Amino acid sequence: MSQVELQHISKRFPTVTALQDVSFSFQHGEFFVLLGPTGAGKTTTLRIVAGLLRQDEGSILLDGQPIDSRTPAERDVAFVFQQYSLYPTMTVYDNLAFPLRSPLRRTPEPQIKVKVEEAAEKLRITHLLKRRTAQLSGGEMQRVAIGRAIVRDPRLFLMDEPLSNLDAKLREALRVELKHLQKTQGSTTLFVTHDQIEALTMADRIAVLNEGRIVQLGTPDDIYDRPATTFVAQLVGTPRINLMPAARKEGTVLVKNSGLSVPAPRMALPESFLLGIRPEDVRPEAKGRFAGRVSLTEPLGVETILHLSLGELALLSLVPGMAPQRVGEEIRFDIVQEKLHFFGTDNRRIAAEGH
Amino acid sequence: MATIELKKVEKRFGEAYAVKPLDLTIRDGEFVALLGPSGCGKTTTLRMISGLEAVTGGKILLNGTDVTWKHPSERDLAFVFQFYALYSHLSVRQNIAFPLQAQGMKSAAIQKRLQEVVDILRIGHLLRARPGKLAGGDQQRVALARALVRRPAAFLMDEPLGALDAELRESMRAEIKNLHIAQHATTVYVTHDQVEAMAMGDRIVVMSSAEVQQVGTPVEVYYNPANLFVARFIGSPGMNLVSGRLSGGAVQLPGKNRYAVPAAWNKALAEGLGGQEEVVLGFRPEAARVARDGALAGEVYASDMHGAYTVLHVNINENEIVHIRGDRQESYAIGTSVRFDLDPQMVRFFNPRTEEAVRQEAAR
Repeated sequence: MSQVELQHISKRFPTVTALQDVSFSFQHGEFFVLLGPTGAGKTTTLRIVAGLLRQDEGSILLDGQPIDSRTPAERDVAFVFQQYSLYPTMTVYDNLAFPLRSPLRRTPEPQIKVKVEEAAEKLRITHLLKRRTAQLSGGEMQRVAIGRAIVRDPRLFLMDEPLSNLDAKLREALRVELKHLQKTQGSTTLFVTHDQIEALTMADRIAVLNEGRIVQLGTPDDIYDRPATTFVAQLVGTPRINLMPAARKEGTVLVKNSGLSVPAPRMALPESFLLGIRPEDVRPEAKGRFAGRVSLTEPLGVETILHLSLGELALLSLVPGMAPQRVGEEIRFDIVQEKLHFFGTDNRRIAAEGH
Repeated sequence: MATIELKKVEKRFGEAYAVKPLDLTIRDGEFVALLGPSGCGKTTTLRMISGLEAVTGGKILLNGTDVTWKHPSERDLAFVFQFYALYSHLSVRQNIAFPLQAQGMKSAAIQKRLQEVVDILRIGHLLRARPGKLAGGDQQRVALARALVRRPAAFLMDEPLGALDAELRESMRAEIKNLHIAQHATTVYVTHDQVEAMAMGDRIVVMSSAEVQQVGTPVEVYYNPANLFVARFIGSPGMNLVSGRLSGGAVQLPGKNRYAVPAAWNKALAEGLGGQEEVVLGFRPEAARVARDGALAGEVYASDMHGAYTVLHVNINENEIVHIRGDRQESYAIGTSVRFDLDPQMVRFFNPRTEEAVRQEAAR
């Protein structure tokens, strides 16, 4: 397994610039996620790393060696797509064995058997080995597709939204298994998704892409706790972060049209800016400093989303369990002062000195 | 204003049931979610209420009147689909006004009604556009406006948010609920998404395999699921369900773990299990807490950061994984041994032979 480095990659299509000066690198054993909305350039990046697409500028290095002129096969990467791309008339066993039987490898059959059975066990599909893939459910097919990638022990795994065709329960289960597998195998993985939960839960590090550029690169903690822009702040976290226009007045921060004011932080703030508060940092308290009216409750079981109105302002609060608050009720709440986010009118994070 | 009653309503194709005989009363002003996986019969049920699908047995009453064999147009119900079903050659304004014009309403009256719904849904700026030019969320708003403008007795909605992306779905979910709070119109809402059903429903009808599994408020289906299906289906992740054997006042779980049954459950378990030993222990991820001297033990299989919280996946025995919800700082390396406790108020028990929940209150 390997270290991968992308240096100043740009890619233009006739009508659109897909990637603009994208640079990042990831290490041996790392689970690296590209997160972004449709059209951000995630899949283009993945295809360039695979060698399925040629970049216009920049270079890709594998363990320090440029691989730009190598074919996909020579790069020794394994792909897992959203579509399973299995051979429907073959058994699961033959599908798993297929990459090992390729003329490039010519693995002896007894060795293939050992490898296939090992992979099947890891993915809990041993009982399916004799079935034809056409008879499998979506979740089973995706397990086989992942099995086919791990069986040949490639230098690098490239995964393009492999879980997005599965239903919610299955996606949840497979997400956990995939992460466990990756960590215990120590395989190097570049994983593309538009789903912020997949990115936060699985990644060692995340690169957030938007309109062909990297907006932020960091650990899930960095991305969630210190989003670099309002775009990132809104992309991760559900329900969405509360973002509201605010102004500085002497020692306080005033939120417009709401009567909401919090002590100003110890950092330089411009006259007007955006204040961000994650819903879990808006906490109902009997003796809280602020008051608001409950306009809507969304009980999700493990937690409840409260929609609060303060004058013209709508504020979301996320509270544990099935909250007792009712629509129309006036409640009091506090805001976690240390967890406030500030963004300039250019939408960039305003950080305290030294952060 | 509408009360909808289903009395032994069923849909059969030869020997096979699409919907087994179903009894349900939807109260005036109530928001009822029909929830289940695809093929469970929820959409067929909705279509039978609307009259788009004929029943093969039973009766449907609307405000006490039998409408079982009435034409859809005579039922005064408005249907909102996943796909917007807007007329692409008409403007947004014409699309919304269409049902009223079809009724022969005067244009001044139409204008007044139109303005009302346009204000509620904040789509005034879209009136001249063609539907094809609009974003998905706006198209669905227009479809809602067209349903709303008729002031029907009730709304029937079939996965109206299914085609939208996650972010938009979340905000539209709140909009539809706000609309319901403002108008208080009886609404039957079909979805396969348990989050949507929990967030929106006054009551939830959980369906599976053509059959109603449970009817209850979000609190009821979440905390007291009627059976293993509901326990698994509601929640993300669903309820942890671990098979074990009851002996000497404790449940022997696979491997070395033993869970002492809270005293309040002894009588219910004795009656509910009818003397058999097999039992399923159930607990929600937030009912478990990592504790140094916890009663149960396992090994961390994976640990996930979810933004506001962490989910620990703990292997308690040979790939029997349970999920524990914890604070953000609770992150552990794979393979770490952990112990945990369960909140005795939040444990549940099921009979694995019948798959039904053991009811504590029934034994009192």
